[in-house]
Amino acid sequence: MTERQDISGWEFAEPEVRATGRARGLLRNALRVRRTQVGLVITALVVGLAVVGPFLAPYSETEFVGRPLAQNAPGTLFGTDYLGRDVFSRLLNGGVSVLILAVLCTLLGVGVGLLVALVAGYGRGWVDELLMRISDVLLAFPAIVLALLFLAIWGPEPWAIVLTVGAGHVPRVARVLRAAVLDVSSLDYVRSAEAMGLRRWSIRFGDLLPNVTGPLMVEAGLRLTYSVALVAGLGFLGLSGLEADQADWGLMINENRTGLTVQPWAVLLPVLAIGLLTIGTNLVADGIARAAAGIERRADR
Amino acid sequence: MTIGRVVVRRLAAGVLTLLVVSGVVFAAGLLLPGDAARAVLGRTATPERLEALRQQMHLDDPPLGRYWSWIGDLATGNLGDSVITQQPVTQLIGERATNSVLLMVLAALVATPLSILLGTWSALRRDRLADHATSLGTLVLASLPEFVTGVVLLFLFSTVVFRWFPAVTDATRPVLEQPAVLVLPTVTLVLAVSPYITRMMRATMLEVLDSEYVHQARLKGVPERTVLLRHALPNSIGPVAQVVALQLAWLAGGIVLVETLFAYPGIGEGIFQAVDNRDIPTLQALVMLVAAFYVVVNLLADVIGVLANPRLRAGAR
Repeated sequence: MTERQDISGWEFAEPEVRATGRARGLLRNALRVRRTQVGLVITALVVGLAVVGPFLAPYSETEFVGRPLAQNAPGTLFGTDYLGRDVFSRLLNGGVSVLILAVLCTLLGVGVGLLVALVAGYGRGWVDELLMRISDVLLAFPAIVLALLFLAIWGPEPWAIVLTVGAGHVPRVARVLRAAVLDVSSLDYVRSAEAMGLRRWSIRFGDLLPNVTGPLMVEAGLRLTYSVALVAGLGFLGLSGLEADQADWGLMINENRTGLTVQPWAVLLPVLAIGLLTIGTNLVADGIARAAAGIERRADR
Repeated sequence: MTIGRVVVRRLAAGVLTLLVVSGVVFAAGLLLPGDAARAVLGRTATPERLEALRQQMHLDDPPLGRYWSWIGDLATGNLGDSVITQQPVTQLIGERATNSVLLMVLAALVATPLSILLGTWSALRRDRLADHATSLGTLVLASLPEFVTGVVLLFLFSTVVFRWFPAVTDATRPVLEQPAVLVLPTVTLVLAVSPYITRMMRATMLEVLDSEYVHQARLKGVPERTVLLRHALPNSIGPVAQVVALQLAWLAGGIVLVETLFAYPGIGEGIFQAVDNRDIPTLQALVMLVAAFYVVVNLLADVIGVLANPRLRAGAR
């Protein structure tokens, strides 16, 4: 509740300035936490690998370079996959799709979740009731089951993956942020903004949003972690949203896992990449949560 | 209001939620591009087969009527027929449901005491090396997708490094005849849910250890062991029980990837098969089953939360 103290009644005239200041201050504090630093380095390494990788790959992702599942195929660093393609080149090529899809899922889920929270938490009445009941229904599906139901129907198109995984995030994000909005909306400066006759939407974005940046950023970090896990998990189930022979970390695990004994690299490298990425983003999220004191890490996902 | 009323109200809300969920699941089937029969049979199907399947799935009836007969069937335990194998879905579910419940119960039975011990130990060693190690370890484990943990376990204990446990389940034999196949999927699930329970246990324990009645007991000269077992532990179980229930609910989705990875014949693997075959009616039935489990366990978590929280208990009266 330290937030209450530094908000004097006079500051509400300049919410934008305060908003950027607060978010920046939070990030600066988060950067002082050791695990945020480690998390950022790990994340940057994996993201760098995924983004620069396609330009460094010695072979194309579809080129056959040796016999299938060979650990020491000549001219390759980590051998060949189940069809005889270069594992290292496919690793370098297979991260972009996971990253892009995961980021889009996060943006959609957190964005819509935030809107729902702002409407429900500061509108109250029947709108709040309706929105929260709808999210209760969506919460009755584990995220992956909801995604699978709709992907089976629409087919594993990239847009369908973004839509289903993102939609799975919405009720979870909305629930957390609504609680944060509710906390803030009874504070004096919101009351005075109301008294000044500000429009509800300008109060939502001008006064409420800047004061829930802490939970918002933590939620974004968490959702990014879960998005990577879900998108890669769908790839692992064969639903990657790509053309048949394109590389994808989740798909690589699926394709090569029967050959785990003879050619472990083809499975271990993508597993390592996904694992490191989720560890990195989760460390960052945890660092931000610690910096924004008063935000408890939750026990559900 | 008494606690009984609260429970009844939550129960009613749960039933209502399930009813709406069934609407969503049914409506999802209507979203199929083209029609369900073509989705199942593919482009090469003959008009006669298409027509036969449409008849079987009652695709020519109006949607609302189909919904009512579907939901009526569901409520009476008739989950329809698989359009791929033509067998009743209930027959498919029977053994799979038992297998999945076995796996989830095992995971919960291992994870709960383990996490309570680890969380308590971590709280007692607050800010020392053990505490920091537990904190970081649980954070890392909580980040890892369950199939990543599973593949690493496969690599370590079933294929490359050691060959202690089988990598896949022999689906032709009952699971209980081959108990070794349970080990790796169970460990994977335990590693997926324990971090959350451990963290909650640690946080709750710290709070309780800092409470006045624990200070009082210590000042009175009660031995530390008794303080812990008599006063601290029972009071921190409530919130932890709630997290355990939430994690159990999470398992309902977690089993999809884990069972698929270990070819374990459960509901999760059944969902994967249904998605793979585009067997929409089976998928709808399985999704309803998972949602029902999820709603029931969440309800349980809610009730435990109310029962365990003195403030909520007081407020509920």
